Amino acid sequence: MKQHTIISTIVFTLIAISSTISHAANSILENGQELADVQTFTYRLLDEIPTLDPQLNEDSEGFDVLRDLFEGLFNQDSRGNLEPGVAKQFRASDSNQTFIFELREDARWSNGDPVTAHDFVYSWRRAVNPATASPYAWYVELATVENAAAIIAGDEMPEKLGVRALDDFTLEVRLEQPLPYFPEMTTYATFFPVHRATVETHGIQWTKPENMVSNGAYVLTEHAPNEFHSRERNPLYWNNKATVIEKVIGRVVNDENQALTRYFADELDYTGIPTGQYPNLKEEYPDEATSVPVLCTYYYAINHTDSGNPALKDVRIRKALSYALDRDLIVSQVLKGGQYPAYNFTHRATAGFETPEIDYAKMQQSELDSEARKLMEAAGYGPGNALRLKLIYNTSESHKQIATVVSQLWKQKLGVEIELENFEWKTYLDIRRTQQFDIARSAWCGDYNEASTFLDLMTSASTSNSGRFSNAEVDRLMKESKTLSDPQENYTKVELILADEMALIPIYHYTSVFMLKPQVKGWPYDNVQLQWYSKNLYRVNN
Amino acid sequence: MTSYILRRILVAVPTIFALIVFSFIVMYLAPGSPFSGERPLPEATLANIEAMYGLNRPFYEQIFRYIWNVVVHFDFGPSFIYRDRSVNEIIAQGFPVTLTYGFLSFVVAVTAGVSLGVVAAIRQNTWLDYFAVGVSIGAQVLPNFVMAPILVLIFTLWLGWLPGGGWQGGELPYLVMPVIALSTSFMASIARITRSSMLEVLTADFILTARAKGLPMYRIVLRHALKPTMLPVISYLGPTFVGLITGSVVIDLYFSTGGIGQYFVNAAINRDYSLIMGITILTGALTVLFNLLVDIAYAWIDPRIRY
Repeated sequence: MKQHTIISTIVFTLIAISSTISHAANSILENGQELADVQTFTYRLLDEIPTLDPQLNEDSEGFDVLRDLFEGLFNQDSRGNLEPGVAKQFRASDSNQTFIFELREDARWSNGDPVTAHDFVYSWRRAVNPATASPYAWYVELATVENAAAIIAGDEMPEKLGVRALDDFTLEVRLEQPLPYFPEMTTYATFFPVHRATVETHGIQWTKPENMVSNGAYVLTEHAPNEFHSRERNPLYWNNKATVIEKVIGRVVNDENQALTRYFADELDYTGIPTGQYPNLKEEYPDEATSVPVLCTYYYAINHTDSGNPALKDVRIRKALSYALDRDLIVSQVLKGGQYPAYNFTHRATAGFETPEIDYAKMQQSELDSEARKLMEAAGYGPGNALRLKLIYNTSESHKQIATVVSQLWKQKLGVEIELENFEWKTYLDIRRTQQFDIARSAWCGDYNEASTFLDLMTSASTSNSGRFSNAEVDRLMKESKTLSDPQENYTKVELILADEMALIPIYHYTSVFMLKPQVKGWPYDNVQLQWYSKNLYRVNN
Repeated sequence: MTSYILRRILVAVPTIFALIVFSFIVMYLAPGSPFSGERPLPEATLANIEAMYGLNRPFYEQIFRYIWNVVVHFDFGPSFIYRDRSVNEIIAQGFPVTLTYGFLSFVVAVTAGVSLGVVAAIRQNTWLDYFAVGVSIGAQVLPNFVMAPILVLIFTLWLGWLPGGGWQGGELPYLVMPVIALSTSFMASIARITRSSMLEVLTADFILTARAKGLPMYRIVLRHALKPTMLPVISYLGPTFVGLITGSVVIDLYFSTGGIGQYFVNAAINRDYSLIMGITILTGALTVLFNLLVDIAYAWIDPRIRY
């Protein structure tokens, strides 16, 4: 392939590697801080992790573990920016359709083998191979790696995937369409390398502590399912000298209140805060209770198909429902976790995304209520002719609280009669997928830190577009955005169309609300994808 | 007696077989899929996964293959959710944990429950009786999902004596709270059943005869009254024991023991078909077994019962 244009060359400055561990840690210590003698970090896991195989993983907590055990081409820093992993640098050509990654030669597997470009080729092919049956194979397809879709569908051999080793330490990736943010996508576990000989020797047993060979800053040392697992520093990791935390323990504690009790008993250094408890905990433990933005949006999907209430095809009704929904009330009185009221779909903290000026976001709630009433009346609904809608949500106390408040708001302000229906998760997914609802509770978390991870969902072809909203202009703008070096203008237009059509009802942008012991430092508070690496943490004395 | 046991075992085989078939059908009909999520899987990805688990085959073939694998190879298949473990492995890891704390809870519940019940009965309407009844009613209204967080609050957070959760191979400090939390309400039920049964037995003719002969009370209770008193208790203990050793989701959930109860509930929520089936068959087989043992115990305790 002729590389006629190199439109971007990014060279990363190597991380300064200190000569000793203490020196490395001391360089990041703040004034007066001393490293603790015991460098361990213990955190709460909500559930047992389904798998520790990077290509099979689809679990966010599993991803937390895998980032420690394995290292992909790049990592994320504390703000979510790329920093070198196994790759030192990359070059993009063909208008961001071909990427050349230069790998470091000192990266090692935990058994001493060098990590090479061939390992990445093997692992990426493994991810899309139908025989692997990975539930996350679509991620490679989403990244538009050449032939990924055809291989997953069984129409091509895995060897046809657009990735090859030019030599031991040079990896070439070809995409089916330009994708400027492709390197960002490689920080996800699906693109991590696995050790071929280990996988082939042990089969599904290769992820057991006694079998696993990995290339991250830590190695898996113990795993007691549904109880805990531990990982310890990997002496063969290329940047091991910069690692401070010696041992990381993830304890499974299903009940969040129980986890909080164990946090206060010093059995955990990190745990989430149960809904509604943040304000009190923040007041009592201001250095420990934290709320930071996280890349997810909570919204109500509107059924635009014929199976939904026909009234919802009227944009005036959709707007009235959205306007009358008092987001400030839900955020401040129900959730109480520092969440942000949402009037657009893309999370406000998404990298490179400027939240467009949405008209109704600037109005007072009293003005919105008044406008909503007018719209309902104009659409022919009001006293004596109440609109009846079915609102579905999955079993969860906070979903229930929000749905109850929303249904009351709609009834009081607009006279809309809401039938609330609660389903357990899998049944709920079936019902939502087959559009047996009028309004459905939904949420979306970004797969990568770029606005298209949200906005692509509202295109006609998206399988996650559960309300089946369809707009030719949105489809065109999103398709075009892939080819643009600065797609913000397209994203703004799409957001304005979504607001104008009220394609969905955004409610709030998520925050992550958690307790972290003040002795634990180095937490990436500004990483909106919550990608934390134990190798960047350290523990100081009280 | 031997022929009765053999007959019961022969009946157990079709019972368990019917259980497998029925569970498989119900599971097949349940809405939802193990592979559905917030993001629906693309068709091709889903097809690959379904092919791997044989879900693309006709129903009759799926159920036949499943039964064949279970009966012939004792293989419950791979878990649908825990991709790097088989159901056999999950049960082999989780069942011993549950068995340990379940058995200990059973021993504690029976020992304490029977003792309380007997004391309450032989000292009826005294402060001992009121105390025993008070304790058992108090324990009854403190189910394990209330007991568990209270225990952790007291023994872990306030006193710092015991770890708030975990198993560590069943070390004593990790066992104490799960056993107390699980056994308390069973102990209360056993105490109440024992008390009322003992009160009834103590008015029986043969006890009056023993008393008339001038036997001391402890001998009357231990040698004559206790055995018949245990009849209704034993009928309660059979299913209780199975319930205890096949898992308590509350104990697993609060104490992170890694036991089988939590897997069962998670499997149902996640539609992990093979894991649901595996634990259902295990529970079913144990229920049949312990019902049989209870019947045998009945005959041993009460010679009037003949099969």
